[in-house]
Amino acid sequence: MTDLLLEMKDIHIEGRSDRQWKPIIKGVDLTLNRGEILGLIGESGAGKSTLGLAAMGYTKGGCRISGGSIHFDGQDLVGASNEALRQLRGARIAYVAQSAAAAFNPAYRLIDQYCEAPVKHGVMSRAEAQSDAVQLYRKIRLPNPEDIGFRYPHQVSGGQLQRAMTAMAMACRPDLIIFDEPTTALDVTTQIEVLAAIRGIVREYNTAAIYITHDLAVVAQMADKIKVLLRGEEVEESSARDMLANPQQDYTKSLWAVRDFRRAPPAARHLDEGPLLEIRDMTAGYGAVDILKGINLTITRGTTVAVVGESGSGKSTMARVVMGLLPPSGGSLHHNGAALPKSGKQRPRDLQRHIQMIHQMADTALNPKHRIKDIIGRPLEFFLGLKGRAKDVRIRELLTLIELDPDEFINRMPSELSGGQKQRVCIARALAAEPDFIICDEVTSALDQLVAEGILRLLDRLQREMDLTYMFITHDIATVRSIADEVVVMQNGVIVEQGPKETIFSPPHAPYTELLLSSVPEMDPDWLTGLLKERGAVVTSEEPL
Amino acid sequence: MHNLSHHLKDAPVSAWIGIVIVVFYAVLALGAPFLAPFAESASVGKQYMPWTSPHYLGTDALGRDVLSRLIYGARNTVGIALVTTVLAFTLGATFGLLAATIGGWFDAISSRVVDVLMAIPPLIFALLILTITGTSVIALILVIAILDSTRVFRLSRAVAQGILTMDYIEVARMRGEGMFWLIRKEVLPNAAAPLIAEFGLRFCFVFLFISALSFLGLGIQPPTADWGGMVRESAKLISFANFATFQTATFGLAPLLPAGAIALLTIGVNLVVDWVLHMSSGLKD
Repeated sequence: MTDLLLEMKDIHIEGRSDRQWKPIIKGVDLTLNRGEILGLIGESGAGKSTLGLAAMGYTKGGCRISGGSIHFDGQDLVGASNEALRQLRGARIAYVAQSAAAAFNPAYRLIDQYCEAPVKHGVMSRAEAQSDAVQLYRKIRLPNPEDIGFRYPHQVSGGQLQRAMTAMAMACRPDLIIFDEPTTALDVTTQIEVLAAIRGIVREYNTAAIYITHDLAVVAQMADKIKVLLRGEEVEESSARDMLANPQQDYTKSLWAVRDFRRAPPAARHLDEGPLLEIRDMTAGYGAVDILKGINLTITRGTTVAVVGESGSGKSTMARVVMGLLPPSGGSLHHNGAALPKSGKQRPRDLQRHIQMIHQMADTALNPKHRIKDIIGRPLEFFLGLKGRAKDVRIRELLTLIELDPDEFINRMPSELSGGQKQRVCIARALAAEPDFIICDEVTSALDQLVAEGILRLLDRLQREMDLTYMFITHDIATVRSIADEVVVMQNGVIVEQGPKETIFSPPHAPYTELLLSSVPEMDPDWLTGLLKERGAVVTSEEPL
Repeated sequence: MHNLSHHLKDAPVSAWIGIVIVVFYAVLALGAPFLAPFAESASVGKQYMPWTSPHYLGTDALGRDVLSRLIYGARNTVGIALVTTVLAFTLGATFGLLAATIGGWFDAISSRVVDVLMAIPPLIFALLILTITGTSVIALILVIAILDSTRVFRLSRAVAQGILTMDYIEVARMRGEGMFWLIRKEVLPNAAAPLIAEFGLRFCFVFLFISALSFLGLGIQPPTADWGGMVRESAKLISFANFATFQTATFGLAPLLPAGAIALLTIGVNLVVDWVLHMSSGLKD
């Protein structure tokens, strides 16, 4: 009786595009013992999810396993029949998807979906499965474990849903669970609870797990060993502690180094001038409900103000009010000392030009039917009246400014760009209007860490060169540490704490800031254990329903 | 242009069959006066002649050449269907896009008007209106165009609403772009694919609808040649079919010729539409 559970040897996986097979995974080995957790990290497109799914003998549509062998508990998965694979999946190998909200069927109650696998696989009767579900819900610290199963997916919060999904994966007490970025879509404060729940239950049942993520600090908490992937190939693998303390390969080191980016303080701070943007007593909301309640904020020219808080705290609503997309119900806005009309439609074009915004999802912020030169050219034409040659010259200047080769990119469509390049084009479009104030709404949160760091460096450089002022909305504390001068902490539509970065990040903290800061995972593998001990019973306190 | 030829090269066999059928009909419709051996509505022989030279498909009850009438029918039926569909799209897409973009009272009023029109079965509604207005070609085109524009309105409004939630629309709104720009430059290019596919389907429906009206006697009026009308005129002959010899058998096939012409074009257009739908559904170049 050996402890070896999963053995994948020289795996090759290909995907079909443009009528030919292209390699996605190029010869990766993977072994996993019972009760062991393997962290799989790499940037998007590295093949993490593909490799994770292959551990179930499954490939996504349009992909195929073209070489190598997969043995699960001595059973060959590559040659296995669909029937044999179906017996395994759900029962002995389970999968937890990134977005629980999308993975649950909205038409069925949680407990119905929980019971489906054990009943189908003949592990338990429906009644047994139901009482088992309640037990697991309790173990995973869901509030009201007796009743929560009878809710529909939309009636529970995102963090609870992700935990319910983990409980569901445990239903048949599988030998192996594959977690595919289970906390990526969650706030840091919620993430902690899900991480603690996953780790607790996996350890308790001695389940092996493959934990896929791009967040190094998260993987440090979860994994026994870490494997780094780059473009379908293994970079290195070692035990979690070794990997964190002493990465061998340059690529791994660069991943580690990203988190150390710190910008130098800005050269000129214009403290003598009046504030560039001032928000006074602002309340705003949708319908009768106020999302923002009495916001006061002053932004100095040439600085970066980071606005942090969890989702629903009103960060993005504030951005929409400043942009004039959502007229506030009370209070006033001042730009350069002059009052701004509440609705964007009433603002003169020249005022509108001075305030620009960069969105989180570059994918949806660029019209897929417009060429890059039209996307960047339109604000030039609209705000500055540039036409023909002058416009073309300026587009090329802007492309050079954002470090894209004009000859190569000027005629491309957005679909021909990578995620980072798209975000750069969005930056160029904002710059084209020659603004003095730019709102960056989570601009790096959809990007890989290396790419995100490139964007942050670019924004920093542009700020120095063009004397820009940023309002940087984010929920990522690491980003705040690297770029902010001032920090504003928001919760439930009010500002909890604000001040220079040094003051906010050094104790004493406001209670919510404390919770937010301490919830940010650190690279130390003992961090989660330590934190949970420190918080004791506090972390088990249920989030409101 | 390069893009189009690139797509054509990759088109599947079914799409090519569809294209060949549609082009064949277009040539017939455009070149009718040159291709038809006889005039559209002149009596050129005895009634009900069998399939022999010079009347290869025989003659009808009034001694008119069936082949010539089929060719002219392509021009009349397809032409009127095309004009009607274009009109229905202009009307429906304009109001649909405006309703989605403006929203508010404009959306509410136009959507309710469309709901009311859609609540009445279209054939009965068309029969009612055409009985009142008389059966001129203009009335026919207007009535069917308005009835069909309600479906186009629904589709373009729904498609545009999806597009209008995208961030690039917000970017354009923040820039202060006017409504005309929003619709023409930001929404329309992204809505084009489903609208083009719907155009093909809608054309088939309109075409069948006209044929149905003609069959009921309220469509295109004789002596103008029209396939729906031709089916009606020769429908009774089917019971006199006698399969003893080829010549007598052709007699019974007479109503199947215009019906077949309708069916073939419908299939051809649908094959092309399937291909356009497939292209717009996912595989972007």
